[in-house]
Amino acid sequence: MTNDHDGGHDGGHDHGHGHGHDHDDHTEPPSETALRVKALESLLVEKGLVERPALDTLVDAYETKVGPRNGAAVVARAWTDDEFRRRLLDDAPAAISSIGITAPKGEHLVAVANTPRVHNLVVCTLCSCYPWGMLGLPPAWYKSAPYRARAVRDPRGVLAEFGTHLADDVEVRVWDSTSEVRYLVVPMRPSGTHGWSAEELQELVTRNSMVGVEPARSPEVTS
Amino acid sequence: MIGVHDLGGMHGLGPIDPEPEEDEPVFHQAWEGRIFAMSQACSALGRWSIDASRHARERLDPVVYLRTSYFEKWLLSLESLLVEHGLLTDEEIARGSPTSPADEDVAARRLTPAQVTSSITSTGRRFDVEPTAPPRFRPGDRVRLRPVTTPGHTRAVRYAQGRFGTVEAHRGCHVLPDHSAHADAAGEHVGAHLYSVSFTADELWGAWASPHDTVRVDLWEPYLEAAT
Repeated sequence: MTNDHDGGHDGGHDHGHGHGHDHDDHTEPPSETALRVKALESLLVEKGLVERPALDTLVDAYETKVGPRNGAAVVARAWTDDEFRRRLLDDAPAAISSIGITAPKGEHLVAVANTPRVHNLVVCTLCSCYPWGMLGLPPAWYKSAPYRARAVRDPRGVLAEFGTHLADDVEVRVWDSTSEVRYLVVPMRPSGTHGWSAEELQELVTRNSMVGVEPARSPEVTS
Repeated sequence: MIGVHDLGGMHGLGPIDPEPEEDEPVFHQAWEGRIFAMSQACSALGRWSIDASRHARERLDPVVYLRTSYFEKWLLSLESLLVEHGLLTDEEIARGSPTSPADEDVAARRLTPAQVTSSITSTGRRFDVEPTAPPRFRPGDRVRLRPVTTPGHTRAVRYAQGRFGTVEAHRGCHVLPDHSAHADAAGEHVGAHLYSVSFTADELWGAWASPHDTVRVDLWEPYLEAAT
């Protein structure tokens, strides 16, 4: 699971990136930011506006509970159940709650399906709107200035940076999330998965495939 | 507002440089998680809308906006919101301790761990409101996104202003961000019909673009005018 990790990162460690350009979310913040955040937290707690255990619960929830497992379960179900797929594309919130998934930012969800003719890509050029309940919090690149600037103007160039190359006659359909509607891409089911169960298929559904920057994983690449 | 946050279509910002998905932490540093959580908890106090939070980030100095990371912007905008809405003073932030306790009615809305737990297993608040008039446009209608030059908050992306598109879907009647960002959070919502509008890449970017590609933008009715 993507966000199943050791969450206790602290201090200014370098996570292996070049810093040759001003790259929104790869800027190493000065440690004075960490101090300023700590000071604000103490102040809010002392003032009586915030409870520290509520903050701890929020951090834990978004590190370990809310994440792309939800989206992957929805996509795998759509790959194996045509009736569910129809409902998902027609009324995503109803379809998702019908299989027992309830998650934040799901109230105005729209699912869009990739086909051999249409490839969907999601961005938020004005801020970083993202279907948290289906995918967890967005990765740094999704929030970065280069992605927000280029996904609408040069989607094929963006896809190429993720190793995704599409035929010229495929329509790239970019969804700019300017409202509270949230978009979830249903990638195409990979070939070579005939007879796979929804549970097995779920492992092929990556977060990036549900944002639309990559196809779902091929079975031969998995384990 | 015509601001630096309105990044769609800008040149010169460099490559994307994604991290491998499998190794990527939700929060790269502990303070990111803390400011994320504080922003959620302070929003729950009910003094400002999600649109006001976005506008607080848009109002950051443009140089600061481009230079800082996502969660640094959250820190700077949260400090502004807390002061602007009278929950903290500049003096308290500067000294790092309160000069007086919070008002009781505000403190009574303090987010609890139980509320957090239930919030992550519920769909969250809805943004659609009861319409006061029927939708003016239908799927298939040609529309033009008007130039929107308000100095306040708007979601009318700069790159599509003045451009012609086709209504693809009616999304319902949603809270109008242009109003909500500046309104009393406890007051009446102003809603407007919301549409998904498709623009051809060629219409937006000229001959440079792929002739097959499209960009779909969610736009509120007051942003749009009928075109033929």
